[in-house]
Amino acid sequence: MVCLFWLATGVAARAMELPSVAEVWEVVTLENYNTRLVVLSTALLGVASGLVGSFLLLRKRSLMGDALSHATLPGIGIAFAVGVSLGGSGKSLPLLLAGATVSGVIGVLVMLAIRNTTRLRDDVAMGLVLSVFFGIGVAILGMVQAMPQASAAGLESFIYGKTASMVKSDFFFIAGVAAASALIAVLLFKEFTLLCFDDDYAASQGWPSFGLDLLLLGLVTAVTVIGLQAVGLILVIAFLITPPTAARFWTERLPRMMGLSAVIGGLSGWLGASLSALLPRLPAGAVIVLVAASLFVFSMFFAPARGVLGRWLRHRRLRKKVHRQHLLRAAYELLEAHARGSGNGGRGTSIINEPFDRADLQAKRTWRPRELARIIRSEIAMGHIEEAGEGRLRLSEEGFGEAARITRNHRLWEVYLVKHADIAPSHVDRDADMVEHILEADLVRRLEDELRDRDAWIPSPHSIQ
Amino acid sequence: MNWTSFDTWIVITAALCAVACALPGCFLVLRKMSMMGDAISHAVLPGLAVAFLITGTRASSAMFIGAAIVGILTAVFTQWISKVGNVDRGAAMGIVFTTLFAIGLLLIVRAADHVDLDPGCVLYGAIELVPLDTVRLGEFEVPRAAAVLGVVLIANFGIVVALFKELRLSAFDPALADTLGFSSRFFHYLLMTMVAVTTVASFEAVGSIIVIAMLIVPAATALLLTRRLIPMIAIACGVAFLAAALGHVSALTVPRWFGFDTTTSSGMMAAMTGLLFGLAWLFSPSEGLVIRWLHQRRGSDGLRGGSPAQG
Repeated sequence: MVCLFWLATGVAARAMELPSVAEVWEVVTLENYNTRLVVLSTALLGVASGLVGSFLLLRKRSLMGDALSHATLPGIGIAFAVGVSLGGSGKSLPLLLAGATVSGVIGVLVMLAIRNTTRLRDDVAMGLVLSVFFGIGVAILGMVQAMPQASAAGLESFIYGKTASMVKSDFFFIAGVAAASALIAVLLFKEFTLLCFDDDYAASQGWPSFGLDLLLLGLVTAVTVIGLQAVGLILVIAFLITPPTAARFWTERLPRMMGLSAVIGGLSGWLGASLSALLPRLPAGAVIVLVAASLFVFSMFFAPARGVLGRWLRHRRLRKKVHRQHLLRAAYELLEAHARGSGNGGRGTSIINEPFDRADLQAKRTWRPRELARIIRSEIAMGHIEEAGEGRLRLSEEGFGEAARITRNHRLWEVYLVKHADIAPSHVDRDADMVEHILEADLVRRLEDELRDRDAWIPSPHSIQ
Repeated sequence: MNWTSFDTWIVITAALCAVACALPGCFLVLRKMSMMGDAISHAVLPGLAVAFLITGTRASSAMFIGAAIVGILTAVFTQWISKVGNVDRGAAMGIVFTTLFAIGLLLIVRAADHVDLDPGCVLYGAIELVPLDTVRLGEFEVPRAAAVLGVVLIANFGIVVALFKELRLSAFDPALADTLGFSSRFFHYLLMTMVAVTTVASFEAVGSIIVIAMLIVPAATALLLTRRLIPMIAIACGVAFLAAALGHVSALTVPRWFGFDTTTSSGMMAAMTGLLFGLAWLFSPSEGLVIRWLHQRRGSDGLRGGSPAQG
């Protein structure tokens, strides 16, 4: 890792001859006409692929872009050969992109056919189309590169992307297709959403589900094909996958996720293209992908909704709460056992809040001594438990009430599960432990009403050791 | 066509590679991880570049180790992101390999200051040059790539035979494997290591396109022909071998039909796997399109004949 970092900084330092402030300003304000075209069309491409990619992610077909971009190669080769034999240089962008689109669409159709007529799954269908089409493409390029009039050198830029070699009309073409794809994705938002979440339902409601699927894949093809020229065959895949996956961490709602995904895609395109305009020796595609990847890593850790950090904090809070409830219930059951044991027993025995031993508490559950000590410390800080001298502990007034409430809750739930949910008594305790913590006060009240007739005091359905 | 000992060696090398890939490929396909080969083969770029920058040579042992490490890391990162981040595995894979590929491209820009390290060479390989680089094995002069791939094939075969039960169980029912006491995770990473090492070993010699195709397509073809694992592996190996041989032959012959000279064998071999898959898709005796179409027709004939009401 360190080594990688060293190399990366090495790359930066060597490639850079750090740009001056004026140069930075020129790029940021898009003063240079060419820079403006590059940055804007790349950002637009990012927005479009962010929108289209969201649907792919939800359909669990993120790698479709991968398969598609490889499947364009035979078309590029054939278009090139056709262009050359018609007497041109073979490198006219619209012709090559048309070829790419045709073979991409054929690839998609083959993929769908494999999926619908065999037992093979999506992943196999994608991998199959990817490798076979790419192989055919390599074979075709191998042939046409040997054509006497052809210099196919420029075709490489399709694989690695070469933003700098584009001409003005190319940019307008890319921007136009990107804008159209984004527009269609937004206009058909409702239909695509339905397709992603429940395509059978969509079909049963009379939506042309297969047609929508094809249209969606057509949009993916369009974005992939124009991305080929801008960022290259491999890296356009990242454009379709990374922004939506990053956006997914921030929200549970699709419209918001798509908006964010478009923003992240656009931002990566804009920042990446600007950076590579400043540092001309860095390949634009790679820089764009790395910007997107950084945004992804940031989202993965720090997004509050589904990010790793947020989830960890919530998990920790929940665990703490569960521990506290376990401790208080254990203490209450100790007192209860003591009251039963001290003779009069039976119904109506009043439970007296008296000190108890740490060791007894330890014996109630399988907690590690250190863990128990930590929980006790935090409960003392909360004011639920007090030190009663000689290493003994005692529930505070508030703690006693809380413990009684938790225990009652727990047992209500146990009884409910045994009587109404047909769960074997030996399995109940574990379930009760888990469910108790999500039980709402409202539900408890209803349960209590239901079970009130049964008995005034609800005993634990399994014996308390 | 002018067949020489060169061509024989090319076919032998490619066949060794193809069968070596088909073995772990069967398990990849069964585990719904077919795209892993593609991901690993793109992701190893930074491994190659770092190995080159550190050692300063193109010695293949350093490159091999660098690429294999990054290949395994790809699997680890993918697993980690999809688990920790709760992300769809395909998406996690896509993010990991594109990012690594981008880092690799940047590193190659740096490496290019010293020497030409062509990413295209990594992707396409140069199988036509295989017979030129030979080593002595006992009395024979054997292409180095063939020797390396032979070792990889033997290793893969040994692992599959020795751990067959465990690999099968963890492919079909990882949860059961865990309860029986094999760590399905261990076998996951073992499989990933096999894929990474095989991919990297095949790279230099034959190019990644053959690897990706041979990992997936023979296994998928076999899956259409049988529902049992051992026959599936056998068929996959056969398909892989056949595709390698046919691929080279057609690379020499097919272009002439269109008035071109020969073309790259690696592309043709991948295309041949597709052809064989297409045949299985159409003519598989159990579930081919043709047999199903016949069944369907007979079925509807029967219906029409059986119900007099329709006349």
